[in-house]
Amino acid sequence: MKFTLGWLKEHLDTNASIDTIAKTLTNVGLELEGIEDPSKVYAPFHTAYVVSAEKHPDADRLKVCIVDTGTEKVQVVCGAPNAKTGMKAVFAPEGSYVPGTDMVLKKGVIRGVESCGMLVSEREMGLSDDHEGIIELPVDTPVGVPFAEIMGLNDPVFDISVTPNRADCAGIYGIARDLAAAGLGKLKELDIEPVKGRFESPIGVDVKTETNPLFLGRYIRGVKNGPSPDWLQRRLKAVGLRPISALVDITNYVSLGHARPLHVYDADLVKGNIYSRLSKEGEHFEALNDKEYTLQDGHTVICDGSGVLGLGGVVGGTSTGVTGTTVNVFVESAYFTPTAIARTGRALQIDSDARYRFERGIDPEFTYTGMELATKLILDLCGGEPSEVVEAGALPKWRRVIEYSPDYCLKLGGVMVGPKEQHEILRALGFLVTGYEEEVWAIEPPPWRGDVEDKADIVEEILRIHGFDNLPAVPVRNEHSTTQVAETKSGARARLARTALATRGLEECITWAFMQTSVAQLFGANDNKRNEALTLLNPINAELDLMRPTPLPNLIAAAGRNADRGYPNAGLFEIGPGFISPRNDGQLLIAAGVRAGNIGERHWDGPQASRPVDVFDAKGDCLAALEACGAPVASLQIGRDADGWYHPGRSATLKLGRNVLAQFGEIHPAVLEEMDVDGPVAAFEIYLDNIPDARAKGTHKPSLELHPLQPVSRDFAFIVDRNVEAETLIRAARACDKRLIADAQVFDIYTGKGIEEGRKSVALTVILQPKDKSLTETELESISAKITDAVAAKTGGVLRG
Amino acid sequence: MKEITKLKEELTAMVQAANDLDSLEQVRVSALGKKGAITAQMKTLGTMDPEERKTKGQALNALKDEIAALIARQEAALKRQDMDARLIRETVDVTLAPRPDYIGHIHPISQTMEELVTIFASMGFEVAEGPDIEDDWFNFTALNFPDGHPAREMQDTFFLPEDPDEEGEHARKLLRTHTSPVQIRYMKEHKPPVKMICMGRTYRSDYDMTHTPMFHQMECLYVDKNVHMGHLKGCLTDFVRAFFEIEDLPVRFRPSFFPFVEPGAEVDIGCTRAGGELRIARAPSETEQNWLEILGAGMVHPNVLRNCGIDPDEYQGFAFGMGVERAAMLKYGIPDLRTFYECDARWLKHYGFDPLKRPNPATRS
Repeated sequence: MKFTLGWLKEHLDTNASIDTIAKTLTNVGLELEGIEDPSKVYAPFHTAYVVSAEKHPDADRLKVCIVDTGTEKVQVVCGAPNAKTGMKAVFAPEGSYVPGTDMVLKKGVIRGVESCGMLVSEREMGLSDDHEGIIELPVDTPVGVPFAEIMGLNDPVFDISVTPNRADCAGIYGIARDLAAAGLGKLKELDIEPVKGRFESPIGVDVKTETNPLFLGRYIRGVKNGPSPDWLQRRLKAVGLRPISALVDITNYVSLGHARPLHVYDADLVKGNIYSRLSKEGEHFEALNDKEYTLQDGHTVICDGSGVLGLGGVVGGTSTGVTGTTVNVFVESAYFTPTAIARTGRALQIDSDARYRFERGIDPEFTYTGMELATKLILDLCGGEPSEVVEAGALPKWRRVIEYSPDYCLKLGGVMVGPKEQHEILRALGFLVTGYEEEVWAIEPPPWRGDVEDKADIVEEILRIHGFDNLPAVPVRNEHSTTQVAETKSGARARLARTALATRGLEECITWAFMQTSVAQLFGANDNKRNEALTLLNPINAELDLMRPTPLPNLIAAAGRNADRGYPNAGLFEIGPGFISPRNDGQLLIAAGVRAGNIGERHWDGPQASRPVDVFDAKGDCLAALEACGAPVASLQIGRDADGWYHPGRSATLKLGRNVLAQFGEIHPAVLEEMDVDGPVAAFEIYLDNIPDARAKGTHKPSLELHPLQPVSRDFAFIVDRNVEAETLIRAARACDKRLIADAQVFDIYTGKGIEEGRKSVALTVILQPKDKSLTETELESISAKITDAVAAKTGGVLRG
Repeated sequence: MKEITKLKEELTAMVQAANDLDSLEQVRVSALGKKGAITAQMKTLGTMDPEERKTKGQALNALKDEIAALIARQEAALKRQDMDARLIRETVDVTLAPRPDYIGHIHPISQTMEELVTIFASMGFEVAEGPDIEDDWFNFTALNFPDGHPAREMQDTFFLPEDPDEEGEHARKLLRTHTSPVQIRYMKEHKPPVKMICMGRTYRSDYDMTHTPMFHQMECLYVDKNVHMGHLKGCLTDFVRAFFEIEDLPVRFRPSFFPFVEPGAEVDIGCTRAGGELRIARAPSETEQNWLEILGAGMVHPNVLRNCGIDPDEYQGFAFGMGVERAAMLKYGIPDLRTFYECDARWLKHYGFDPLKRPNPATRS
């Protein structure tokens, strides 16, 4: 919302400086976005006299002018066809900033002739699009006078942002009222005497829809609709509106000045009476914004005998628009309900000044005042003879009373404002307070404040005028302090997993929660019966249309993008949601990660420093994160049932019974091919919600048992079938003597020369921890034999000779 | 005694000639061993008369000690020589790179959210959570958004198909446009006093230089019998100063409007723009003090409390919300919002955080 200082002062009697006004606007909730002071913008430009304008010796279209600036005579090369000896023009000296071209003027030599400055056009001044020639001022214009002064462009323009609840401040009068209440002067009272009608309007009005509760009309005959006077054009231009004709400019003037949109019809083009109703599908009309609209059911339209004339409260139509030849005009001042206007404006995507005001809910009472204001201006500027006002419908009920105790300001606001000051503020804002002497006041908000409904709203009114700066700052640190941890269980798990994974060299990412359906289908979205329920009705684009089943595909794609950028060894993870249904319990918290390309970089220490990623990298990441989150890692079972996007021979699940905590593996080569990402890619998904809660064991750690005797290790190499899994061997060995055997690990796998086809050699180291006394050679031999037998029994393995 | 002097000369020469530990050991054996030269001389003492035995015995013992000491000295010298040789042998090129150590980074959004938890936990707030897929009632109606509010339309909000098992506003599924529905869920389950924060993903249908269709918000709520706007100002001032780690950071409250609060406010923090560079700071003078809008706040609207079954005549409180990305960008000087979601490893390493340097809960707020 833009307005000028001069326009504001039409309603506000004030001596306040521009800076004070600017500050106060923000303080009362009308946030200042900017101030433009044309007298500053146009400061370098002055009127000048063209002493002579001669043809340029080397260019047909250029002229060499000698310009008297009032202080000196300078030479300027000018290309304007209207530059001529003896004219008055506007001179821009070198070094000045030219607003219309956004450039700083430099001294130049044009076709061999020096040019010190410029004679400017309206476009170069940013005043209009006119670039036919330079600005030509009346011959009696004095020389050396600031351009802004000659043009009356010395009125600073304020630009404020008006919150949607403040329809009243979509009019300058409302802004003036707020500033007056904040102590910046006195609001001038509107003195509008109703204009007496001289005849009965030949056009009647009617309302046939609830979305238009009140419709007023007045016929004014014998008007002359020329251009509006300078003062009016200047004001409209200053706030960015194009002057059109006196009648149209008057409606805009009332709309901006008083937040009261109006409409004018060329009465001779109206067929019969005017009425409002809801549109029917297929109706269409040509709007004043040069567009044609075909309507749906249910928009509020204004009609006459011929059909739709315009969209009530949004935009008028061309069929009855006023022109320079209009002699009889019909003025509309109507009230439209905010929701209907908002719906229509949005459905048809029309942003108009009328819509902006009506959809915020303007003053219904002002429907009458606005009509009189417009009539008066039309009579003053265009002449003519007014009819009586014709009226249909009824004023919507707006009166309400709020019970309010002045103590509530301290209770809710925390700041002491005396009842007297509260009362003064409310009165200045137009609120009617009764029972001021009582403990509880009855407050009636004014008709322009439809947003004030509750006693909390009253406190806001008082505080914003009293000043938010006066609020005390009271710390809340110690209230309701507790010994409970602040973070949630899943928050803690996410944090622990995040730390574990980043520490292992993975970079944390955050990716969209929606993704492309076709990619999601590679990751199980196809199997999800609720897939349709998770598809966005209005995605931002077709590639982001489905709530993702898991973060994994986004990470794989991201690894691919990094490879395309020349970084093929990405290690990435994300902790975020996956969706299996739109219900609250259908959102899973998943920690997913990928490693692509190689682990490590080539290094002088040898080839082992850099090798392709594999399933065991993913397993390590997975177990580290699970362990960090407190999962019972030692008790997890390995399942061979990882989902189909993993390599079937290089993947697994980690479970407790039927509860799947995680899955990991290398991504299926076919999936990578489909996604156009180079392999190998090792990945994991951890379902953080599935980790069982740790049993409450208190804060003690189990007591430490230190054995005085040294552990003894024994190595074995078994030849087993290729399909025998390490875990089977280890379990078999461990089960031999749970008390004595502290650990058993595979330390080598060998196939090839010396080993039969289909078999492999598995080397096992077993750590024995004697408890009471050292083991004798016989005891050692006996336990070794037991291990050999047990492994043979479980796996058919034999000791390698 | 002549032969003793001779023996001494011989043995001394042998010890000095031994240039490694093995030959020195041989010398030791040949001198002091069971069949060594000195031992052999000792054995002859028994055949001598007492007088002779005494003098010769003393002389032999002295020789024995002297040779043993000599050997020990030589041994030490040889060991030192060996060590020196070994050190030279083992010398490497220390300009070579060490074996690489890979450490990843924490995303700035996670880091920022953990900082927020840490700060608010120190002020006695508890973390709450809510789902990303919400419905019309929780996201709008309960928060006092009027019917026909622009935010409720398709152009701003992502909608999902209606849930056939739910009715009315609960059937209209959507992606939450803010974290405020968590307030509603929390207050429906917890009676006042409630003192909570929540944060997470939020979604709006907007994608350009300064908007992404998904972003993060944090939200703070404190409701009790006498929580007033002064508490809001105190809490927010403490918070922004702790978060930006600037003890005298100026904070400005301006009246504003949000459907779910009344009175409503926008909160600015001080900044300077000297030399075209934006810095969060208290300016040296009031005229140089610029302001930067950072969050929206207010007293919880009575209708919102009623919608949660809380009597607004008995309870009142404040709420505020902030964009996490914007907070991170301002605090850490990250220039472009869209880069947060690109997963560019170079960006993640540059703007991410060392997992060992996490928010410090010991920071005083």
